[in-house]
Amino acid sequence: MTQLKRYGTSVIDYVVLPMVGIMGVVVLWWLASATFAPTLPNPIATWDASRLYIMEPFAKRGELDQGILRFTWYSLVRVAKGYTLGLAFGIPLGLFLGVSKTFQKAFDPIIQILRPVSPLAWLPLGLVLFQKPEPAGLFTIAMCSMWPTVLNTALGVRSIPQDYINVARVLQLSKLKMLTKVMVPSAMPYMFTGFRLSLGIAWLVIVASEMLTGAPGVGGFLWQEYNSLIYEHLILCIITIGLVGFLLDRMMSMVEARFRTG
Amino acid sequence: MALLSLKGVSKGYGEVGKRTEVLRNINLEIDKGELVAIVGYSGAGKTTLMSMMAGLIRADSGTLMFDGKPITKPGPERGVVFQNYSLLPWLTVYENVHLAVEQVFPTWSEDKKKEHCEKYIAMVSLSAARDKRPAQLSGGMRQRVSVARALAMEPMMLLMDEPFGALDALTRATLQDELAKISAAANTTMLLITNDVEEAMLLGDRIVPLGAGPNASLGPSFAIEAARPRVRKDLQHDPFFKQLRTNVVDYLLGTAKAARRKDTAVQVDAVTSALEPAR
Repeated sequence: MTQLKRYGTSVIDYVVLPMVGIMGVVVLWWLASATFAPTLPNPIATWDASRLYIMEPFAKRGELDQGILRFTWYSLVRVAKGYTLGLAFGIPLGLFLGVSKTFQKAFDPIIQILRPVSPLAWLPLGLVLFQKPEPAGLFTIAMCSMWPTVLNTALGVRSIPQDYINVARVLQLSKLKMLTKVMVPSAMPYMFTGFRLSLGIAWLVIVASEMLTGAPGVGGFLWQEYNSLIYEHLILCIITIGLVGFLLDRMMSMVEARFRTG
Repeated sequence: MALLSLKGVSKGYGEVGKRTEVLRNINLEIDKGELVAIVGYSGAGKTTLMSMMAGLIRADSGTLMFDGKPITKPGPERGVVFQNYSLLPWLTVYENVHLAVEQVFPTWSEDKKKEHCEKYIAMVSLSAARDKRPAQLSGGMRQRVSVARALAMEPMMLLMDEPFGALDALTRATLQDELAKISAAANTTMLLITNDVEEAMLLGDRIVPLGAGPNASLGPSFAIEAARPRVRKDLQHDPFFKQLRTNVVDYLLGTAKAARRKDTAVQVDAVTSALEPAR
């Protein structure tokens, strides 16, 4: 009986209530398109216009006319590249900031200045630097997404318990052993929090970067359909971007939880 | 010549002006093969004293010599067992010991290192838990790993900072007996820092009391000329041990009273100077 009750509660918490919330927003959307925003396509119109893209998610009919998951895949690959690039620079930078007070004093101010710069500002600089849209996009993603990794890695290194540092000193661990056996494992939970936040930003940036470069992907598709006045597809893109971002975050927090307990 | 010698060692913490002197004028000599127990109040500066001997912190003044050389940093010739075990939680029992062995004997073959690690893990009877992580072990088992790690470095001297302080009474008794056996077999010079007079009497060749702080300093040595292995029961009933305990405890209580008096004296001074009319 109690078992059944508990099961019932979790169904309410994780299925029924979220559905209520989603339905509520759909109703508001419908009301808005029926009343004060006549240019906003209503949910049915959106579904009709999007059906082809959802039902044949991997179809390729032209450069900027492809199934929604195919576009998503392009974007994900781009994000993966830019994010990896961001981590490749962010992790060592974070380690240095955490280890050396001098390094931190020298570079923390410039990091705080670069951190809030918008992707819309980095992209043109990337284009100037690399002369091609693709590397400029990766540069933008890396530049915007690396900061949480940098700051959390540094925090993780600074938070290593004094006990472990004493052990390392008594055992006279070499610099490399200190890094691999003490610093990184100890900072790992912090670093994963950074990785998760960075991935979230990388996914945010992808849309902006594809819009400006016109590269095929969810962001590029969104911008093209806006220019072609097919507003139903804007909504399709927004929903897709949101869902993918949500799934990425869930995935990362599962990995993060594993490292926390491990 | 003494293996470890401290002459006029002092250490304080804090900024100039608000400085607290923790240890003042510490003098101590430990000979090769001795097991010296330092007994003192919590907060008297026992850990500070050990950290200086380990080379983790530097003294403000005085000299610390080990094997004829001044102590400037930690070294493999001085093994340390910390109160809170200080095992790396992401490594197994074997890996924790192996990490130490690897640093101290880098030229050994992998087989030899493995054999060496396993010998010391067996010495503390943890062979069955070889591949477990610290989180899966009880407090007593963790401290055994810590002892095995320190011993596996084959140090000339073992420094132990309240090694059994965090354990329950039964586990503590077991580990004390094991340490007595290990110390008899290995004949390593050991320094045991503890707040437990019984423990000191059971294991030590002599007891050196550390007076109450601030400005704690070491008292006279109390030699323990009793046969080994010692029996726990004798500590309660043997007249020699009873007298020894009384002497050590009396000394410590005396220093505490003196420290309080000094404290009150300072307060009285402050009050009288405050009452003095401004000139």
